[in-house]
Amino acid sequence: MSTKIYMDNAATTPVRDEVLEAVLPYFKEKYGNASSIYSIAKESKKALEEARGKVAKAIGAKPEEIYFTAGGSESDNLALRGVAEAYAHKGNHIITTKIEHHAILHTAEYLEKHGVEVTYLPVDEYGCVCPTDVEKAIRPETVLISVMFANNEIGTIQPIAEIGEIAKKHGVLFHTDAVQAVGHVPIDVEKMQIDLLSISGHKLGAPKGIGAIYIRKGTKVTPLIFGGAQEKKQRAGTENIPGIVGLGKAVELAEAEMEETTERLVSLRDKLIYGILEAVPYSRLNGHPQDRLPGNCNISFSYIEGESLLLLLDALGIAASSGSACTSGSLDPSHVLMAIGLPHETAHGSLRLTLDRQNTEEEVDFILEKLPPIVQRLRDMSPLYEEAMKQQKQ
Amino acid sequence: MEYSEKVMDHFMNPRNVGEIEDASGIGQVGNVKCGDIMKVYLKIEDGRIEDAKFKTFGCGAAVATSSMATELVKGRTVQEALEVTNKAVMEALDGLPPVKVHCSCLAEEALHAALWDYAEKNGIVIEGLKPPVADVEELHHIEE
Repeated sequence: MSTKIYMDNAATTPVRDEVLEAVLPYFKEKYGNASSIYSIAKESKKALEEARGKVAKAIGAKPEEIYFTAGGSESDNLALRGVAEAYAHKGNHIITTKIEHHAILHTAEYLEKHGVEVTYLPVDEYGCVCPTDVEKAIRPETVLISVMFANNEIGTIQPIAEIGEIAKKHGVLFHTDAVQAVGHVPIDVEKMQIDLLSISGHKLGAPKGIGAIYIRKGTKVTPLIFGGAQEKKQRAGTENIPGIVGLGKAVELAEAEMEETTERLVSLRDKLIYGILEAVPYSRLNGHPQDRLPGNCNISFSYIEGESLLLLLDALGIAASSGSACTSGSLDPSHVLMAIGLPHETAHGSLRLTLDRQNTEEEVDFILEKLPPIVQRLRDMSPLYEEAMKQQKQ
Repeated sequence: MEYSEKVMDHFMNPRNVGEIEDASGIGQVGNVKCGDIMKVYLKIEDGRIEDAKFKTFGCGAAVATSSMATELVKGRTVQEALEVTNKAVMEALDGLPPVKVHCSCLAEEALHAALWDYAEKNGIVIEGLKPPVADVEELHHIEE
């Protein structure tokens, strides 16, 4: 069965028509290397700087503070490793959270093996980091605080401005992984006092393999990739001009449409969330009810396992994701769901539906119609459900 | 990771789902921590498995292996049922993705646990059958 309803937009998004149209000329007609001197190269250079300006504008930064990378993971790696190395003389302590993306967590673990101390802050039941906890964790040797803008699994938006203020007050650099947030929620690196910020293209309708990092002027970051003088020697390698043009276009569109898109998505999202919670007993919403990404719906169904649920949804042409162990390729369910305090069995039974521009109310209605019987079908097969129902009768 | 057509068939249309009221042996293995729990019911008459049913909490592979394992033991003698190993279940399903092999082990263990329960209840010894390895205590502990 082919996918009819795509609700896994937090995993990736289709490239937007306007974006595809904008990038196509840069493959075969305007293919010049932006570092060269002839006319065709100048076109590439112009496109590169225009895109840089668009990305900067979207987050309230200056164009010279934007560096293009190969994606969100590279930006996260660069922020942590680059700052840890460049400021090693100042200190060896980093503060982050237990709910970060693995691009942060695994980089932090790598740094721990190389003499850096890392504090992993807990979150509350909604997945929120407490700014007071951030402040308490700061030591004289702390060089970086890295807290994600919005969580990819449960959609919770963090108190970024408050954390930025704390970081500023203590003279500690502040990085945020904003891969899920850019183009979806308002961001202003000045007002929020952010020093470094990671961006990914394919989460907002740009192609895969393109990303960016904002680095506040004056912040030192040791490069990950050495070579030519591209990106002011911060990131070597011939620029991915089609990708960069695509990212610029996608960010520009997302910013212009944000208010309208948010209003529509929040209404669809809440219809989906509360429709499911009402129709399916023993279900719970994961993440914050209000402070969450406009398109994120994450619900746990007790007594069933997520992968089975995804397979049955896929058989109906619905693409979604889950935090169950079976979908993570390990024996443990999602670290995010464990961090918000879910028991294992509830974490295994989670379903994430992430909406974006292309999703419609008809699709939401279709899911509200098809999902409850699927959950019941799996529960009828579950020894945990059987046991729970027997206990209830007693 | 992709499932074979047979796995998908046994997942989408699982055979033998349910309970047996007067089961001769019941075996439950796995725990909620790893996300797979299988409960197997066997109806055994004159040393032959007359009926087998299961309930499973778990992924597609867990459901499919439960379905296939119960299919394979139906009509067999208790001794023959021991030959239904995780390897046999996997082969009957045209293989499993590497990360899912443990699901087939769970199916074998659940069968063995049910046979062990039957043997204990009837005071008999089934040659070659080892006591169940899965920690059922842990399961109850987590549920409480």
